Amino acid sequence: MDIVRVIVKKPFEPGLLLLILILLATSPLYAPEYAVVLLTSIIMYIIITVSWTMFSGPTGYISLAPAAFFGIGVYTSALFGFVLPLPVVIGMGGLAGFCLALIVGTLTLRLRGIYFVMFTLGLVELLLHFILWWEVNITGTTGRVVPTVANTTVYYIMLIIFAILMLTTFFIRNSKFGLALQSIGEFEEAAAHRGINVNALKTIIFAISALFMGAAGAIMATRWTYIDPKIAFNPLLSFMPVLMAIFGGIRYLYGPIIGAAFFAYVEEFLITRFPYHYMLIFGIIMVVAILYMPDGLVGLIQKLWKRASGETYEGA
Amino acid sequence: MRVLEGKGVTKYFGGLAAVFDVNFHVDQGEVFGLIGPNGAGKTTLFNLISAALAPKSGIIKFKGENITGLKPHQICRLGVARTFQTVKIFANLPVLDNVVLGSLFGTSNAISSADAEREATELLEFVGLSAVKATPAKDLTLANQKRLEVAGALATKPELLLLDEIMAGLNPAEVAQAMELVTRIRDKGITIIMIEHVMKAIMSVCERIMVLHHGRKIAEGTPQEITTSKIVIKVYLGEKAHAGS
Repeated sequence: MDIVRVIVKKPFEPGLLLLILILLATSPLYAPEYAVVLLTSIIMYIIITVSWTMFSGPTGYISLAPAAFFGIGVYTSALFGFVLPLPVVIGMGGLAGFCLALIVGTLTLRLRGIYFVMFTLGLVELLLHFILWWEVNITGTTGRVVPTVANTTVYYIMLIIFAILMLTTFFIRNSKFGLALQSIGEFEEAAAHRGINVNALKTIIFAISALFMGAAGAIMATRWTYIDPKIAFNPLLSFMPVLMAIFGGIRYLYGPIIGAAFFAYVEEFLITRFPYHYMLIFGIIMVVAILYMPDGLVGLIQKLWKRASGETYEGA
Repeated sequence: MRVLEGKGVTKYFGGLAAVFDVNFHVDQGEVFGLIGPNGAGKTTLFNLISAALAPKSGIIKFKGENITGLKPHQICRLGVARTFQTVKIFANLPVLDNVVLGSLFGTSNAISSADAEREATELLEFVGLSAVKATPAKDLTLANQKRLEVAGALATKPELLLLDEIMAGLNPAEVAQAMELVTRIRDKGITIIMIEHVMKAIMSVCERIMVLHHGRKIAEGTPQEITTSKIVIKVYLGEKAHAGS
């Protein structure tokens, strides 16, 4: 089994990762502006998907709250964008996501299964309508203007958030807390009786994952210039990370990245080529993926890799 | 010294008294048996001790300290570990990681992952699972899963270990091995409370036995006293069992 692990890990050595990061970091120097903008939105999807997987992957708690944490980041940007420097706004966006998740987590992480799913989805709607009500009745507006930032700046900030997220994910996965999260997903009750403070651990990891979503929302808002509650709290952003993570392979470190990158690119491609049918094609890809690749894209690649290298190792 | 003491421990499920006004104590180093017909409240009592459930009333003391109202992970870190009637293992994790988790989180002291792994390896040897260290836990036989659960509980360095029917569903050879394991754990100086339906096992391993029936304590004493107690025979072993044995 160890041999298989080594073989399987080989294509994703840290060296390769570093190379990709360097390529990404230098791309604004030589790539066309359009590519940089496309990369920005791809990285945004990757951030949301990877941070979603950080919590929901090992624990099995399917959260449909990403849009809420992202949206709260967007609104932080709209509220403070004109008065505070950009890095502070991004930090505040992350903090807003973190705090919201902390509160929500404390209240709801006792719920399991479908109840948790429904609550997190409800949270998105609740925030959307609450802010809509607030804006109409208290501030007397429905939308807000967000200060524009140069495309390259947005890109670099997104990249920095992504890098910090990867470091955090890597650290958690390889720490004892990564193992504890997995044990919660396997058998929460038994985990508690082995001395794991399950509620505290779930809540803090949930909040850390929301931090990155909030930060991504805060910087993404500057791309949109104008936002209103329906743009900020778009429920689609709650479902996308789930689909992307499953598509890429939820159990693997690189699965969500590859899933999100692939999906985001395909979305862009389909929108420009087939503007009227892209959602349909999208749906078909998803159904086929779930039917034929239960372990996602990375799982499929690993299976093929093992077959090619003559290993007959079953399961994981 | 009394490791564990319960006073007036009571728990209701709706209108049903699952455990009612039970007083008990467990001395250091002994193997204490808990028996009773199905539904007598044995597992509920374990759940109350390990804080999976909170008692309606009553006090549970561990080493003289009141532990009622604590959370399961706090109870575990204080030194009370348990296993479950239906094995609750981390099915997709390797056997070693199942035990490592206990070492990492089961005590109040921080421990390096290398030390945790060494401890876990020793414990797997102790329960006889060294050969299957890297296997996913779900691929083990039931007997081995039960051993794994015991190893995981031992990894939390308990002073008191609650064993809930570790012999249920095992064949005679496996029961003998499990009995031998229980005595080896006791020889380590760990106090044990065990729920068991395998009478031969409980009578030969335990120093004292408590009998529950409909949530109430009906008898307590040495195995001899229990097997000859009229009330126990009546409610638990049945009238004929007495004549037969």
